[in-house]
Amino acid sequence: MRKQSVAAGLVSFAMAVVVWQLTTSLSDWSPHVFPGPVQVMTSFWELLVCGELVKHAVASLYRVTLGFYLSACLGIPLGIFLGRLRAANMLMNPMIHFLRPISPLAWIPLAMLWFGIGDPPAIFLIFLSSFFPLVVSATIAVNRINPIYFQVAANFNLTRYEVITKVVIPAIVPSVVTALRLTVTIAWLVVVAAEMIAVQSGLGYLILDARNALRMDYVMNGMIVIGLIGLTLDAIMRRMGRIESAGWGRISG
Amino acid sequence: MGDWIPVLDHIDLEFHDGEMVCILGPSGCGKSTLLRLIAGFDTPSAGEVLVDGHPVRGAGPNHIFVFQHSGLFPWMTVYQNVEIGLRNRPDHNEKSERVQEYIEMVELEGFEHYYPHQLSGGMQRRAELARALAVNPDMLIMDEPFSGLDFLTHMKMREEVVNMHQFIGKTILVVTHDIDDALIMGDRIVVMSGRPSTVKLERKLDFAHPRKFDKEPGLSTLRDELFLMLGVSYAV
Repeated sequence: MRKQSVAAGLVSFAMAVVVWQLTTSLSDWSPHVFPGPVQVMTSFWELLVCGELVKHAVASLYRVTLGFYLSACLGIPLGIFLGRLRAANMLMNPMIHFLRPISPLAWIPLAMLWFGIGDPPAIFLIFLSSFFPLVVSATIAVNRINPIYFQVAANFNLTRYEVITKVVIPAIVPSVVTALRLTVTIAWLVVVAAEMIAVQSGLGYLILDARNALRMDYVMNGMIVIGLIGLTLDAIMRRMGRIESAGWGRISG
Repeated sequence: MGDWIPVLDHIDLEFHDGEMVCILGPSGCGKSTLLRLIAGFDTPSAGEVLVDGHPVRGAGPNHIFVFQHSGLFPWMTVYQNVEIGLRNRPDHNEKSERVQEYIEMVELEGFEHYYPHQLSGGMQRRAELARALAVNPDMLIMDEPFSGLDFLTHMKMREEVVNMHQFIGKTILVVTHDIDDALIMGDRIVVMSGRPSTVKLERKLDFAHPRKFDKEPGLSTLRDELFLMLGVSYAV
């Protein structure tokens, strides 16, 4: 089953390359505007060998990791808090739902003004992109916990602290892992955009810089690496969901 | 939230130490509400629940509630679930011995490290029973303890609960809609009417265990009477 899906994935990539090659050879666009797979692979190799790709990928990953980690560390506890305290939730919920639909990109001017140039504004934008979805998911997950479990907790005299550690946190792990998986994708989308503005490194910067140099093959290289890393991040998060304690939610069958 | 609906009406019941009382009634009559009040999950809007003369204030390990569908924590193994009520015992060895003892009592040895979803319905109920009994409660409160089990598991569990009750002699309240269960298990049965619920009938059952309908004419007569009372003219 797993082997089959890997094979299917490879076939779909191969087909895409074929279509791409056919499009470039049949159209009369110049390779400067629409480079073909051979040209892109060649320059990909060049960028890889000189370390440029790795350098930019690491810079992007560093920002995403930091921003995402920050939002998970603040967002999930806040979500748990709001899920447990109805009054706090009523107070905060409208504000969260007001801020949530504002694209992180709309914050760019403020982020640059507040945090200057370099990593901090980019990290701030990534933080924003995943913070609100994580707060909301964690709150909903807590609210969805079967009330029976709280009655069991009361029955066995669990303290408030024990209710959090032994009931709430394990109960929400499956939904939170899913939320993390979805938000890491959002964070990865945003880092590229953020890097087009405030920094001199990262895959977003690579693409922007290549555009200025009219190197569309480099632009495509940037896109390929973004896609590959996105794929890997998703696979890692999916694997996290399979860890036994995280997977208790998968009722057999 | 919503309109105020009276569920229970002038219920006056007394349960004695070591007694197994089965509460029967049509569905939606407030049997479970009564249990939840006794367990301390809810507070009555009028009247009071007294245990040993003291009003019940909130839930606690003196009266353990056994839920209709599994109340086991699905993220904990059988062992961890049973251990939860004993978590504050200082002596680690004594604690694990006790956990093991109760797991063995419900015949789940070998399944200590299984998660609830890996167990059958009957095994889940037994694990929950072990968790409840491990804290040595004064009273067990069981809400439809056999619902959703297949016929044979149902029969076997019922037998086990009867044996367990005779062995440890705890006060057990069982809510059920199954007339046979009530008659086979109960030291006393209480029949409740539809909402707002009142006590329609209270009867002591002085039949020896194991009970069989064909051996005890009194039991069969009572059974027919109960079926009629609950609105079924032909007992099945």
